[in-house]
Amino acid sequence: MKTKFLAPLAIFVLLAGFLAYGLTLNPREVPSPLVGKPAPEFTAPRLDAPEQSFRVSDMRGQVFLLNVWASWCVSCRQEHPLLVQLSRQGVVPVVGLNYKDERAAALQWLREGGDPYTTNVVDADGRIGIEYGVYGTPETFLIDQQGVIRYKHIGPMSPDVLRDVLLPKIAELSRG
Amino acid sequence: MVDHMRPVLAALALSLSATAFAAGEATPVAEDPALEARVIELSQTLRCLVCQNETIAASRAPLAVDLRNQVREQLAAGKSEEEVVDFLVGRYGDFVLYKPPFRASTVLLWLGPGALAILGIGWLSLRLRRRATESDTPELTADQRTQARQLLGEQDNESPPESRK
Repeated sequence: MKTKFLAPLAIFVLLAGFLAYGLTLNPREVPSPLVGKPAPEFTAPRLDAPEQSFRVSDMRGQVFLLNVWASWCVSCRQEHPLLVQLSRQGVVPVVGLNYKDERAAALQWLREGGDPYTTNVVDADGRIGIEYGVYGTPETFLIDQQGVIRYKHIGPMSPDVLRDVLLPKIAELSRG
Repeated sequence: MVDHMRPVLAALALSLSATAFAAGEATPVAEDPALEARVIELSQTLRCLVCQNETIAASRAPLAVDLRNQVREQLAAGKSEEEVVDFLVGRYGDFVLYKPPFRASTVLLWLGPGALAILGIGWLSLRLRRRATESDTPELTADQRTQARQLLGEQDNESPPESRK
């Protein structure tokens, strides 16, 4: 008799537990199937010098970050100071992928906010973005010496993510 | 009623198309209507990653437009529907599929509702069967019966209440 009375309560607690756990998840973060796979190769013009082209394989032998950004992207602006700070520390080269942006606006933004990128390449029509499964800027890929994607961060990086996730991974990859 | 609505709908359609032109949203459409039909059919099974609850056929998000164009281009280049789906799944994961594949990580998703239904129906039928075998009125002992009659102020007869006028 007593257990019968407790059953709805138990079911309620169970459901509430599931829902509470659901609230801690971010539905915007879709796990990328590209992690652990070679970074898709591309050749694209550089933002600062469109007559020169850049290939991902140019970075072979180095651990680097590929940061997808645009001047129209508000969260990229939020993330920007952190990237500038990171580039000052000189821990890791950051390659920028300027995604579906206008060249003048992008250059203007880099003049105003500082340029943390070792190289910036242009993805004017978003095709490289599709190759990398980009669906929301900013996105940041960590790519190792062999050109394998080791980690993907979706959305603006926070100091916590940088300190607790990315920097340890970078240190580990640089040692290996 | 339908005739009544027709001018309203026409006006609505006109105003919608006008805003579409104003926003410069006219998306490229394949010359070949058969191809376009395939593009739309396939796009309706693919989820837009930006708006998440819309298909890339329905969504107006820039990424959905880009992905529709990818689908159109690849189909036009002679790729099969499966090849296009594999291309997108390889980049965006199973999340792009409105119908996720059956695998270890999706077992609960595919079988969960069925299992819950079977459990529920099983429990219900068990309860119903148990209730059917139980007698509706609990048996009273002779003492209890007399006590009850006394409480109800009845004589010791079996006459039903209706005949007691």
